[in-house]
Amino acid sequence: MTHQMMSSFLSVKMRIQAWFFYSILFFLTGCEMAPLNNPYREVPPGVSVLYSSFAERPKHLDPAKAYSSNEYTFIAQIYEPPLQYHYLKRPYQLIPLTATEMPTVTYYNQQGQVIDGKDAGQVAYSDYLIRIKPGIQFQPHPAFSRDEQGRFLYHHLNAEQLDATDALDDFEQRGSRELVAEDYVYQIKRLAYPKIQSPIAGVMRNYIAGFAAFANAMKDQPITTLKAMPLEGVKATGRYQYRIRIKGKYPQFKFWLAMPFFAPMPWEADAFYAQPGLIDKNITLDWYPVGTGPYYLTENNPNRRMVLTKNPHFHDEFYPRTGEAGDKQNGLLADAGKKLPFIDRVVYVLEKENIPYWNKFLQGYYDASGIASDSFDQAVQFTGAGDARLTPMMREKGIQLQTAVTTSVFYLGFNMLDKVVGGYSEQKQKLRQAISIALNYEEYIAIFMNGRGMPAQGVLPPGIYGYQDGRAGIDPFVYDWVAGKPKRKSIAVAKRLMAEAGYPNGIDPATGEALTLYFDTASASVDERSRMNWFRKQFARLGIKLIIRATDYNRFQQKMRQGSGQLFTWGWNADYPDPENFFFLLYGPNSKVKNGGENAVNYENPEYDRLFEIMRNMDNGPERLAIIQQMQHILRRDAPWVFGVNPKSFSLFHSWYKNIKPNLMANNRLKYTRIEPDLRTQKRYQWNQPVFWPLLLIAAVLAIAVYPAVRAYRRRLQETII
Amino acid sequence: MVILWTDGLIFTLVLAIAISVGMMLRKPHFKRPLAKITQSKTSMVSLVILLCFAGVGLLDSVHYKDSRTGEIISLLDHVAKPLTEQTERTYSAPFSAYLYSKEMIIHDDGREKWDYPRLKYGAAHLDNPAQQKWPDILSKAAIGLGKGVLLALLLYLVFWMIRGRKSAEPYRPASKAALLTLFAIISLFYMLAYLSHWYHVLGTDKVGEDVFYQTLKSIRTGLVIGTLTTLMMLPLAIGFGIMAGFFRGWVDDVIQFIYTTLNSIPGVLLIAASILMVQVYMANHPEQFASVLIRADMRLLFLCLILGVTSWTGLCRMLRAETLKVREMEFVQAAESLGVTRPTILIRHILPNVMHIVLISVVLDFSSLVLAEAVLSYINIGVDPTTYSWGNMINGARLEMARDPVVWWPLSAAFLFMFTLVLAANLFADTVRNAFDPRRAEHG
Amino acid sequence: MIQYIIRRVAYAIPLLLAVNILTFILFFVVNSPDDMARMQLGQKHVTEQAINNWKHQHGYDLPLLWNAEKSGLEKLRQTIFYQKSIGLFLFDFGISDSGRNIGHDISERMWPSLALALPSLIVGLLVNITVALMMVLFRNSYLEFGTIVLCVILMSISSLFYIIGGQFVFGKLLKLVPISGYDSGLSAIKFLLLPIIISVISGLGSGARWYRTLFLEEVEKDYVRTARAKGLSEVQVLFRHVLRNAMIPILTGVVVVLPLLFMGSLIMESFFSIPGLGSYTIDAINRQDFAIVRSMVFLGSVLYILGLLMTDISYTLVDPRVRLS
Repeated sequence: MTHQMMSSFLSVKMRIQAWFFYSILFFLTGCEMAPLNNPYREVPPGVSVLYSSFAERPKHLDPAKAYSSNEYTFIAQIYEPPLQYHYLKRPYQLIPLTATEMPTVTYYNQQGQVIDGKDAGQVAYSDYLIRIKPGIQFQPHPAFSRDEQGRFLYHHLNAEQLDATDALDDFEQRGSRELVAEDYVYQIKRLAYPKIQSPIAGVMRNYIAGFAAFANAMKDQPITTLKAMPLEGVKATGRYQYRIRIKGKYPQFKFWLAMPFFAPMPWEADAFYAQPGLIDKNITLDWYPVGTGPYYLTENNPNRRMVLTKNPHFHDEFYPRTGEAGDKQNGLLADAGKKLPFIDRVVYVLEKENIPYWNKFLQGYYDASGIASDSFDQAVQFTGAGDARLTPMMREKGIQLQTAVTTSVFYLGFNMLDKVVGGYSEQKQKLRQAISIALNYEEYIAIFMNGRGMPAQGVLPPGIYGYQDGRAGIDPFVYDWVAGKPKRKSIAVAKRLMAEAGYPNGIDPATGEALTLYFDTASASVDERSRMNWFRKQFARLGIKLIIRATDYNRFQQKMRQGSGQLFTWGWNADYPDPENFFFLLYGPNSKVKNGGENAVNYENPEYDRLFEIMRNMDNGPERLAIIQQMQHILRRDAPWVFGVNPKSFSLFHSWYKNIKPNLMANNRLKYTRIEPDLRTQKRYQWNQPVFWPLLLIAAVLAIAVYPAVRAYRRRLQETII
Repeated sequence: MVILWTDGLIFTLVLAIAISVGMMLRKPHFKRPLAKITQSKTSMVSLVILLCFAGVGLLDSVHYKDSRTGEIISLLDHVAKPLTEQTERTYSAPFSAYLYSKEMIIHDDGREKWDYPRLKYGAAHLDNPAQQKWPDILSKAAIGLGKGVLLALLLYLVFWMIRGRKSAEPYRPASKAALLTLFAIISLFYMLAYLSHWYHVLGTDKVGEDVFYQTLKSIRTGLVIGTLTTLMMLPLAIGFGIMAGFFRGWVDDVIQFIYTTLNSIPGVLLIAASILMVQVYMANHPEQFASVLIRADMRLLFLCLILGVTSWTGLCRMLRAETLKVREMEFVQAAESLGVTRPTILIRHILPNVMHIVLISVVLDFSSLVLAEAVLSYINIGVDPTTYSWGNMINGARLEMARDPVVWWPLSAAFLFMFTLVLAANLFADTVRNAFDPRRAEHG
Repeated sequence: MIQYIIRRVAYAIPLLLAVNILTFILFFVVNSPDDMARMQLGQKHVTEQAINNWKHQHGYDLPLLWNAEKSGLEKLRQTIFYQKSIGLFLFDFGISDSGRNIGHDISERMWPSLALALPSLIVGLLVNITVALMMVLFRNSYLEFGTIVLCVILMSISSLFYIIGGQFVFGKLLKLVPISGYDSGLSAIKFLLLPIIISVISGLGSGARWYRTLFLEEVEKDYVRTARAKGLSEVQVLFRHVLRNAMIPILTGVVVVLPLLFMGSLIMESFFSIPGLGSYTIDAINRQDFAIVRSMVFLGSVLYILGLLMTDISYTLVDPRVRLS
């Protein structure tokens, strides 16, 4: 390597710079170029693709196991239970999905006679008879493939076939089959099968006849015997109809029938996936579902992306023709009567952090987005009346905002078994009421949730039967009704309650020092720090010293189970729109410490429990409403929870996103969604013009810095030659 | 007076440093390099900066129970009391009079308006911020700077009177630069402190806490991580290192086995597991950690300990190699043949001759440890989330960078302070290495 | 030589065993199998029965290290430790606690990690050496001084700032590259461009300085003076002698880290959501998936030992005077 090389190297660099300069000049002079930052591959025109994301790979896609919302995002599009929620109508209404009509329920008494079921005590068991539509086909899947003789192609894989297989795509033949009632029965057996570990097995054991016995009998049996083994309470009574027998009366069961737990599962799937060797390739039912829904999973790489594709065998289903008042004006009925689904493909990209997600959404690479607390100001502002509306920048982009109060509640719980904050005496009630007043959740919502929430007035969130608006619905121990609005009682009232509870000015008479309470939290992240500070400040207003004990989620749960916690925050998301699903969180026999149930505060009030047992078996009506009010009052007085917040969900959608209506119960909204890909392409071009001049600037600065040295060096070189 | 674990260790460390510097000044083979350091302008300037950081850190390490609120606070908290009390509702930009986000403001006459509300404390003394703010800031800055200059001159005078004129003679240019730096830092810092009575000089964060205060508090965390970790690892590294090199044979084998094992475990995983362990311990023994501060302090200490455990191997290996060399030297051989006991040889002859390696690696490690803290906090296995640290600030700032308009000041503040500290440490380390290492080789 | 390698491999076995025991103890001090079951089973309606089932299925229903109920060797073998470790030594990582085959996942996620780490290493090496050579070439000029100052400044900035800043400027403001993500094949380039540039820049400070010292040491050696005296130009001296001789420490330094490239970069991968082994590890830590953590620790140790071995061998290759004993 010689001097020539060095200089030629330099001159090459110069030439490149020149080329660079011209090309940039070219771009600067205003030719519109394709976005450089498009994270996706080209899509053929005419195919409509929706882009979404998942933050964490779903743990289970097996409908018997999946129970969290990120899993439902996928499986609700793939599996079809017999019932579903009407997309547009409110209050939430169950309608048939694969069933021909709503199930017929027959009540029987102890003697096996049919009764009307008005008196729940009389009902020994109830039969749900479900008829399904004929002609529904499963998605294409190798488990169904047969050869000419009708033998299954892939149910007895040999080593050679296994070696050639890396993903499900490697099986060339895909078959299908008609959906029959037996598939629904089979899935319920799967719920009972102990090795599958369905999260609702414990609940269903109490309701479905013969469920527990079946589970015991199947304890050591391989899954392939599941098909032949009868389950007493669940039976196919024809090719297209089956019957589920429920112990006693359980009106909430119909809601379960709209959850993927009760979706059909072909026995062929289990037989196929049970083959040894497939699990080593990560080919299991948990990753490759087999359903009848509008979409099926064609690519499942939980390390990067998951792709849902339109199911070519999807049965006829049509966009609803009727909705709520106002739906027509909002354009929600524009597609009425059209065949579902509209979108050809949905790509879910792994996106763990919300910052890149948000930026990509603004660039048009995601079609919809929630709003993280930190980007809230940028997206939303409040108008005079307290209504949220989009900022001008968002409106300019054509983004649409959708808000809904979720059917969930985030509460602060007092462990009722605790010596200090628990107990049912009047003093203890007052202590908890005082804290309920002092914790100013209005401020909490404003600071930490950007106003995206409502202070909860009781256990029930809006949208659930029994929730009351206005004056009648406020918590009279915490709020006053002033000028048509609930107004939190003043801190003076709380202080007086503290004094009456035996802690004047927050001083614990036993120690003479400030009352010390412990707050357990499962999160130790940085974002949590300010939240914890806030809680400390609120308690300090009563003179209480709050100590935060942050641990990991396991430890937190352990504390909850042992009942060694004192204060904690927790949330509950409705499984189904019925008050029972919230009141049972405080039902004595569900105590977490005693029975491992969901009553994390271990609240136990005989009167409340008695009312609960009556309420849960009633049909909605004035009688039920009255009991619900009674129960709410008991809870507000005892205050085992500071009721906390009913969060509002705010979602943003780009202008090309159609048919948006919040539906907190239906998980299978995807099939109603329509997008306009052309508009999207156009906007993406418009929003993503790359900017080159800073690069040019950097190059120029570097060149200027190096040039004198190079010149000096050349001169020196010449000197030495001379 | 409350002494936290790290407080105690810090003051022990300060004491140890003072003693060892004193001792080194007496030894001729240390005196020469030290003189070389004091003659370098860069090193003196960076040393002054480091000492200023250390001063803030030490101020923040004297804790006592506040009689009024009953909370444990440090002297720094006491000095910066106005800053801790003047919290706004949420973000506000440096020197701003308004919040950073619009809110519904209800005027006295009942009108509602969607606008930026005024801050509760920042620039609250002004009636018409739009016109008065900048003149006010400038005049206040001038007053502050003036007072700062006076203070610095006063200090200089006192110093001059005590020290006398003559002794500073041989190091003139370097000490002049050092004094100038000190002068600048004191006056500027005083100006900022003065201004922070009326303004949030570095803005406020999400819950309205003053960012200037946060950055000051973070100094201690950075210093603790940078210094205590070394303190934790030194006994291990020195002990094992010179033992392995001196005794050789099976001792060497065992020690090599230990450090290869530790080295081969990916460090992050080891740290993560250990931090989880500490958390579990604290969760199971809540009675020992009555206040947040004690908990956070314990976690900080453990973090240092764990970082020490994962990082002693490098130094250990270098010491082992150096000991192998030193033990073959004549004076060691001679001592051995004279029947001097082995522990005596180790302490009297080997240890002093490998000390320069220890010194170099301590200064070199300091900056990388400060940087490591930020990264570990990002993966949530760093300091306690309630501890003020640059890592936590940066971590929070990631979210702020996604806002539009960008909330840039917490990130910039953390960047500025961290950068200054690490830069000073790096420059200082360079001169130390040049002074002590005859070969001037980097990376040992 | 072959004997040496065999001896090193034999030495690796107790080492790996120690690593394994250490991770095992560290993890189970923190977690009990019950905790792991709860973590995996989710939050709603978890019964004792379900937990026992889970433990049985995943082989966590045995004692940890010592089974007192059994006799003889079975005391050791019927334990979680034995059952879970034996597979590792055969590189059969088994099924993760969330039910996926770890070996398959690793073999898939290895490539994105490499696609990021290898170019970062090579480009970084080239840039560092070039800058260092420039410094040596222009030594004692303002350019050298400026570059040194720049290097110290670059060194003093936390890598997090580079990442946050880079994403903000190039991804969000200038829209030159996608903000994050990954794709297979050649389409990966646009995703990898920014991370590679950032890792090169963040490593430039210390790297260039180190190479500069290496080169300077060589430059001052006698043979270089001789070469110069022979009338070779500075560039010729640098490339023919200095670079060639300095290549030995540089290359052996690179060989050590080569195997570890597979492990990926924790921070880079999680910031840019590159589905490599680094982000795999972080996820596993956060989800407390012990099976994955253990496998990754084991893999890391193996690769580390491999790196040491390769360094030794490469020494003998570049310098015949070194004998392995």
